[in-house]
Amino acid sequence: MSRTQTLVCLREEGLYCPAGDFFIDPWKPVQKALVTHGHSDHARPYMDAYLTSSSGLPIVRERVGRSAHIEGLDFGQTLKINGVQVSFHPAGHLLGSSQIRIEHKGFVCVVGGDYKLEEDRSCEAFECVPCDQFITESTFALPIYSWEPSDSVFQSINEWWRQNEEAGLTSVLFAYALGKAQRVLCGLDPSIGRIGVHGAVDIFNKHYLAAGYPIPETVRASRNTKEQFQGKGIIIAPGSTQNSPWLKQFGERSEAFVSGWMTVRGSRRRRGLDRGFVLSDHVDWKGILKAVEGTGAEFVGVTHGYADALVRWLKETEGKTAYELNTLYHAIASGEDEENGKELS
Amino acid sequence: MRAFTNLYFELDRTNKTKSKLRILRDYFLSVSDEDAAWALFFLMGQRLKRLVKTSDLKRWASDSCGFPDWMIADCYDHVGDLAETLALLVKAKTKVSHLESKVEAGLSDFVSSALLPLRGLGSEVQGERIQSLWNRMDCAMGFVLNKLITGGFRVGVSKTLVIKALAEIAEVDPAVMAHQLMGNWEPSGANYRALLSGDASKQETGKPYPFCLAYPLEIKKEERLDLLLGAASDWQIEPKWDGIRAQMIHREQECILWSRGEQLLNEQIPELASVVLESEGAFVLDGEVLAWDFESDVVRSFSDLQMRLGRKKVTAEIQESVPIIFMAYDLLEEGGVDVRSLSTFERRKRLERLFASLESPLFRLSPTLELVGGWDAIAAERLKSREKRVEGLMLKHGESAYGVGRKKGTWWKWKVEPYTVDAVLVYAQQGHGRRAGVFSDYTFSIWKGDTLVPFCKAYSGLSDVEMKSVDRWIRSNTVSRHGPVRVVQPDLVFEIAFESVQESSRHKSGIAVRFPRIHRWRKDKPAKDADTLDSVRALL
Ligand SMILES: [Zn+2]
Ligand SMILES: [Zn+2]
Repeated sequence: MSRTQTLVCLREEGLYCPAGDFFIDPWKPVQKALVTHGHSDHARPYMDAYLTSSSGLPIVRERVGRSAHIEGLDFGQTLKINGVQVSFHPAGHLLGSSQIRIEHKGFVCVVGGDYKLEEDRSCEAFECVPCDQFITESTFALPIYSWEPSDSVFQSINEWWRQNEEAGLTSVLFAYALGKAQRVLCGLDPSIGRIGVHGAVDIFNKHYLAAGYPIPETVRASRNTKEQFQGKGIIIAPGSTQNSPWLKQFGERSEAFVSGWMTVRGSRRRRGLDRGFVLSDHVDWKGILKAVEGTGAEFVGVTHGYADALVRWLKETEGKTAYELNTLYHAIASGEDEENGKELS
Repeated sequence: MRAFTNLYFELDRTNKTKSKLRILRDYFLSVSDEDAAWALFFLMGQRLKRLVKTSDLKRWASDSCGFPDWMIADCYDHVGDLAETLALLVKAKTKVSHLESKVEAGLSDFVSSALLPLRGLGSEVQGERIQSLWNRMDCAMGFVLNKLITGGFRVGVSKTLVIKALAEIAEVDPAVMAHQLMGNWEPSGANYRALLSGDASKQETGKPYPFCLAYPLEIKKEERLDLLLGAASDWQIEPKWDGIRAQMIHREQECILWSRGEQLLNEQIPELASVVLESEGAFVLDGEVLAWDFESDVVRSFSDLQMRLGRKKVTAEIQESVPIIFMAYDLLEEGGVDVRSLSTFERRKRLERLFASLESPLFRLSPTLELVGGWDAIAAERLKSREKRVEGLMLKHGESAYGVGRKKGTWWKWKVEPYTVDAVLVYAQQGHGRRAGVFSDYTFSIWKGDTLVPFCKAYSGLSDVEMKSVDRWIRSNTVSRHGPVRVVQPDLVFEIAFESVQESSRHKSGIAVRFPRIHRWRKDKPAKDADTLDSVRALL
């Protein structure tokens, strides 16, 4: 147990590797930050130096600022930091999202960051990395969360859009601006109608296009283009725009949210939505168990989400040494999507 | 079951009244009379009583999905709805998709062949049957099944809306349909056909009228009542009693007492019916059931009344220790004639005449306020509400008819200002239903010396945005956990409003407050400046 506690431990600033003297996804300013992905609860500004995956670098830069000192490391490539070997491996969460493998004196710890196992046409697929200690997220770590194949979700979304098109309604699909929005865009059927995006989504689209992902043609939905979306078309926008004057300019709408939280009726109803589509960029219950098993890890640290249930299950049923790591991911509001602090899925 | 499941989710999906109305109409028109009758049964909030035990249901689900009780409890805390939790857990195991879901029976057949026979079976056989149903259902249908058998079937439509949809189909006035549907609905195809053809109104003599409901009167300091409501002499002013609203129906040697929640109260309050049956004539009265203190001739507290009504068996003892009266304030039917369209003043005159002949200490005529002094006097009277043990005043327009449901402008309730106290948030739990998954159920404490004692729980009063931000705060300021309950840093102060305060041995603080709710978040106040137990006890 002592090695597990010392290779990566929790400090006031975030997850910390004492031997290598670096932090992983810290929430307070530190000298060296290894960043798993560009979501604002993981990639925060004001670090002296960043290291992230090469393919995730442009997004992290978008998040932490032009002038930040950021270096990229290709997936699978190794680097020694103060004698500790680190490498980045795809997490399947969004473009460039990584698990970080840390090896020191024969002991391997993998920090999973946010990850998922489901198919996603908008990013690199999750790679199972064997290790002694695996640090997993637990955003949806309850067995009620069990994802359907994404293709069937896209089918429902396109079906809903088509019906709205016939009824003369604008389809508005609320999705987290980074990751979820692009994943959904890649699943839309452009033959149904015009696709509009909110500015917050547009910012990230260019990085996906530059990396060669199949984002369809979109129009930035705004005052200048509103006629193109009145009573027709689909608009992908962050959830914080619900009830905003910006949205109202498009006239009569059908509004839907796409998120793992939509599994539960209460979260659909609370938002006053016409539809809720269940699609998440986080791993579901079975996925976590599969990932944990795949790594072969003996020690499992559990971060943000429903850690209690997962820790207990891993201990009692899977015979793992599991414990909660009380990180601050999700607990702090994310800048661009303040209202959805909890809905970063 | 597919059509009914779709109905449930289509209604659940939309917030627009117009769409809900269309969905209901389409459903009623597309299914058999029998299915429509049963759908109406559930939509009106009636339930299949004592079908299976909830604890059994949880056990069967646990067997089906392979998760232990604690996991089911954790999931339930998160989802906030048992029927939904179990459906999600079972589906995660069975993986039955929408297309594979095979239950062809219509609602009526399903209820009579699959659900009603469960009653009286041993729990093992019940379990096998439910589990085999689950295995053939997708998540949505399983959820609706669970709702039907747990009896907690509620969908986002009001009775008024269901009534409106049916009224449109039958091409009658909604008020007529509402009256036909008062009381218990016996689900059968014949009754449904009678309902649509208008024959149902003649069948039953015991049905109450829809209650006329009052709007809360909210006036700002600078607003003047005469400008808002006109001359005081146009209004009938009464005390607003703190009891249970009820209709006393006396027709053809029958006496029926209905509560506003459409509960029959005859069994719990047998003494009122026996008085009425001895009296002359036929009538329907609107009024309030109250617990009464005959010694000092004042109303007793609502909790006394609840204690009396909560008893399963009404003994002579409880009848004596908590006597009940009926405080009448309106007359809806006189000698078999519906008088609701008469003016308030005229109905009052007739009510007073009736009371001259209805002599019993158990029946009282609610007083009206003498109007010398106009609005100023009325406002002053309202301030005396607490000493008179009433909730405030009722303002009823003298020329108005007895309305159906809540109509703005004819009946107002003008309650006294609530008490308020600044209290500290100490525990939080995730909410249920609309607030599921969010820490929205709070426990508040006040100071007793230098310790904080819990003094009330409150669920409502914050805006969605505030609730989210409190939720976030709770997640990062949790000190410890006890099951679903989070103990948080005692830092946040909220102003809590409540109606009344009472001694209570069941509460740690020694007091219990009624209708506590959050008035506002006192971001300006540190916890040390919150109120004390002594200051609340001073209100006793
Ligand atoms: Zn993320
Ligand atoms: Zn995260």
